[in-house]
Amino acid sequence: MSTIKFTDDHEWLRLENDGSVTVGITDYAQEQLGDVVYVELPEAGTSFEAGKEMAVVESVKAAGDVKVPVAGEVVEVNVRLTEEPELVNTDPLGDGWFLKIIPENLDDLEELMDESQYHEYIGGL
Amino acid sequence: MDELVAAHGSSEVRRTPLYSLHLQLGARMVPFAGYEMPVQYPAGIRAEHEHTRTQAGLFDISHMGQIRLEGENAAEWLESLVPGDIKGLVPGQQRYSVLTNAEGGVIDDLMITRMPDHYFLVVNASRKQHDFDYLQSQLPADCALTHLTNKGLLAIQGPTASTVMARLDSRLAELPFLGATTSTLAGIECLVHRCGYTGEDGYEISTDNTEVETLARLLLDNPEVKPIGLGARDSLRLEAGLSLYGHELDESTTPIEAGLTWVIAKKYRSDNPEFARFPGANIILSQVIHGPKKILKGFRPEGKIPLRDGISIYDGEGKITGIITSGAYGQTFAGPVAMGFVRNIPDTHLSYTVEIRNQRHRIISTDLPFVKHRYYRKFR
Repeated sequence: MSTIKFTDDHEWLRLENDGSVTVGITDYAQEQLGDVVYVELPEAGTSFEAGKEMAVVESVKAAGDVKVPVAGEVVEVNVRLTEEPELVNTDPLGDGWFLKIIPENLDDLEELMDESQYHEYIGGL
Repeated sequence: MDELVAAHGSSEVRRTPLYSLHLQLGARMVPFAGYEMPVQYPAGIRAEHEHTRTQAGLFDISHMGQIRLEGENAAEWLESLVPGDIKGLVPGQQRYSVLTNAEGGVIDDLMITRMPDHYFLVVNASRKQHDFDYLQSQLPADCALTHLTNKGLLAIQGPTASTVMARLDSRLAELPFLGATTSTLAGIECLVHRCGYTGEDGYEISTDNTEVETLARLLLDNPEVKPIGLGARDSLRLEAGLSLYGHELDESTTPIEAGLTWVIAKKYRSDNPEFARFPGANIILSQVIHGPKKILKGFRPEGKIPLRDGISIYDGEGKITGIITSGAYGQTFAGPVAMGFVRNIPDTHLSYTVEIRNQRHRIISTDLPFVKHRYYRKFR
């Protein structure tokens, strides 16, 4: 059973069975951004610090960063987004994923919101 | 309490007569030129853009300024303010023009229509009070100016716009491009122009504030028509290579620099030119002959990266040579589109770049418009 966590910047992080963590932006985030037309992804193998910008998502209206509050290494990126950035709108929690990371410390994920906490959080926005 | 007062004092955001309709249609409202305006409806900007190019889109442009000018010598006077041929207009004919300042810059761009007994002006929302005050300050004693704050304005744009309008008044199908006529649409008195800001065939309809919502609902009842927000209005006009005041046009940019040489009346450019009285005429007419220092061009990225308003343009040697003034996703062009100013030098071998997030990206200068205009091909 995979665990899904949420940041207050509207990224989701899903712990996969192989120990990697898939990262994307939430349905709320894609809704706020509007039609996504461009996604800039890092190279696989890039190391990053906690809270550092890892990817950029640009919509018809705005540009946003994708960052996660954990340190780690990018192991895979969703290359489909280069040609089909609209996947972020149509399937934000599925085919619209951004990248997979291996966190330095999995415990860091514990600090993040779970699904019900996140729903409560966006309800207050 | 203080907070309440402060909040109230700062909330001078105005609403058009269609505010409640926008909310009912699920619009996302944003502040624009002092108004709460719909940036998009649930369909989204790309779908709205597409719909306008393939069917018909309805735009609330009631925030724009509408001005009535009366007086025996109104045309004579207007020609002291704009570089266009106003005396040459016949009743029911509209012309695009610009109010210029003494330096040749643009105070505002506007539409001027000659009606049988007056002139009708449409100016930008962001400039309307400024324009009205300016016009009033220059007004000769024998002319009268009225700011038509009691009027709203709708635009219907797209290849099926004429089919829709003809259902309400069959004469409108044949209204010439840049023609104007009064018309009664389902009992509502309107002033209808065949013009627009998308590059498509279409109309702009002025009517009383109290009738705008009824008329909008009537138009939305047609299966071809969907509401379109400011987001798609921007991407549509950008693909059509049309300037937006505050972006491509401002007080420090001449119409020649902005690629609007065609707004300069021929009578000022002939071998034996008529004396031009509009402000900045010497500077502007000299630029017509010698060329301006900067020019407006279309740009697209080599890849897919969006080009945003305000970013610098670099030449082949890495020196700043200009600036992007508008950028959007061109749904019909199928990629990002932009306009910007660069130094006016022959660019056959020039390569332009921009810097985005510390990376250089090549951009390609492109002919305007990005998408061919499809105006109604009958002129007066």
